[in-house]
Amino acid sequence: MTERMGFFTDTSICIGCKACEVACKTWNEVPDDGFALSGMSYDNTVGLGASTWRHVAFIEQPSAVGDSVRWLMSSDVCKHCTESACLDVCPTGALFRTEFGTVVVQDDVCNGCGYCVPACPFGVIARREEDGQAHKCTLCYDRLSTGMEPACAKACPTDSIQFGPLDELRERAQLRVSDLQEAGQDGARLYLDDPADGIGGGGAFFLLLDEPEVYGLPPDPVVTTRDLPSMWRHVGLAAAGLAATAVAIGLGRRR
Amino acid sequence: MTETGTQPTPPPAPERRRRRRGGRSAEQAMVPDVEFTSYYGRPVIKEPVWKEPDVPAYLFLGGLAGASSVLAAAAQLSGHRELARVSKVAALGAISLSGVALVHDLGRPTRFLNMLRVFKPSSPMSVGSWLLAAYGPVAGAAALSDVTGILPSAGAAATAGASLLGPAIATYTAALICDTAVPAWHEGYRQMPYVFAGSAASAAGGLGLLLTRPADAAPARDLAFLGAAVELAAKRQLISHLAATPGQSLAEPYEEGRTGTVLRTAEALTAAGLAGTLLATALRGRSVRAVSVLSGTALVAASALTRYGIFKAGQTSARDPKYVIRPQRARTPRRRRPTGPPP
Repeated sequence: MTERMGFFTDTSICIGCKACEVACKTWNEVPDDGFALSGMSYDNTVGLGASTWRHVAFIEQPSAVGDSVRWLMSSDVCKHCTESACLDVCPTGALFRTEFGTVVVQDDVCNGCGYCVPACPFGVIARREEDGQAHKCTLCYDRLSTGMEPACAKACPTDSIQFGPLDELRERAQLRVSDLQEAGQDGARLYLDDPADGIGGGGAFFLLLDEPEVYGLPPDPVVTTRDLPSMWRHVGLAAAGLAATAVAIGLGRRR
Repeated sequence: MTETGTQPTPPPAPERRRRRRGGRSAEQAMVPDVEFTSYYGRPVIKEPVWKEPDVPAYLFLGGLAGASSVLAAAAQLSGHRELARVSKVAALGAISLSGVALVHDLGRPTRFLNMLRVFKPSSPMSVGSWLLAAYGPVAGAAALSDVTGILPSAGAAATAGASLLGPAIATYTAALICDTAVPAWHEGYRQMPYVFAGSAASAAGGLGLLLTRPADAAPARDLAFLGAAVELAAKRQLISHLAATPGQSLAEPYEEGRTGTVLRTAEALTAAGLAGTLLATALRGRSVRAVSVLSGTALVAASALTRYGIFKAGQTSARDPKYVIRPQRARTPRRRRPTGPPP
């Protein structure tokens, strides 16, 4: 395995241009996801899905100063979790971890069982109606293999999306968030940067200016498979109880 | 072009709801004051894409099949030949139908066998696929041998094998749905396997009551009675545990709206079936057939409704962001940096 690569999305310098969305669609040949107007500020993409691997959120908040509006913009993406629920629950092995530490779906293996969809604590991965298979961001696995950076990071004009070795990105993010807090941005915080969090830290993490849920992100996601050993124990107990009942009835009703 | 999990019309503005201190009931007053914000009311997680009736039917039929194999073994052991045969055939029928439901639900049904290219204990669906692959043929052999009379000793071995795999088939589906980010399922993982085991036993016992002469149905009455009692108790446990989730009652999706009606109907049917089973047991073989038939029907229907209701409650909890965000906020106040006023 080579160095673990990831994204640091610094939403404080996102200008909402959606170049990332376009670059992602173009490079990965992702089909369109509808042309409806949502009424949600400038966000007509609405959310991540099978055919939307980058999504720019727009939040309009009343500013503390005067009548003005604070506008939050943030480009969301698959988190490429260290402890990845979609990968854990995939029954075919279609989802796998690459040499870059990213999580990718193999189209020729996925049988469309859909288990990864409700397993993801961020609602990232989804099943496409047209081909019945699960799709999500690959962190441009093909580009990484040839030493190129992912299309969205390449296209980002403000470097709000930064790509690189995860360790370096985490250091850089720490400096950036301290700078912002010193400058009076009290709401600035890092999200999914901590390897001790519920997903073991994200391969893609974020600098946010408000609570995660304001951006549609879960405040404290925990990978579901952490509880799976306990689930299997309860299943085992319940199954053993059922089997024991059969033996008891079989012996008790002997004639 | 649409994709699953994306609804077209979200509310117009970011919503901010504040839970008032001291709610309507004493139970609510204990819930901490949690401010709830979401992104235009959009779901945080994706709703399961599993189809209806395929997957609720799969949950129900797997339970019915697995517990029927258990009942068949009990009947064989105790010398209730007719019940043993009926239960083996029921197990084969139910597992065959559940297989059809499973394959039909896949986005790419032609790739069903891809399930068997790996074995992953971290995936309940992988474990379940291997269980099905082992259980199906064994349950089939048990039924065929009994009906045709061919190879009786192999048939007995198959009956024993099916009764060992059956309980796993009946209960693994609890881990299947609980091992997701769906709040109303995941948070109930300690109770769900017992609900499923009870519901499966109740359905299998009920079907035995329905299809067997009362004189030969004593083990079915026992299993139906025990199963129904466990189902009722475990479901109560599940709901009270979910109701106590800090920040947001996760019992709501089970109690409100159409799902609430479905689950209350299921509970009433289980209770009625349980009472009928007790009556049938008290009357022993002398009972009128009608009591057994009615009780059995009630129990089978109750089990199917229970699985359907649980399935729907999960969907509801995935769709509304409050069920995802509030419990997470309630458990993380210390880890979060305070948010200052916007500049």
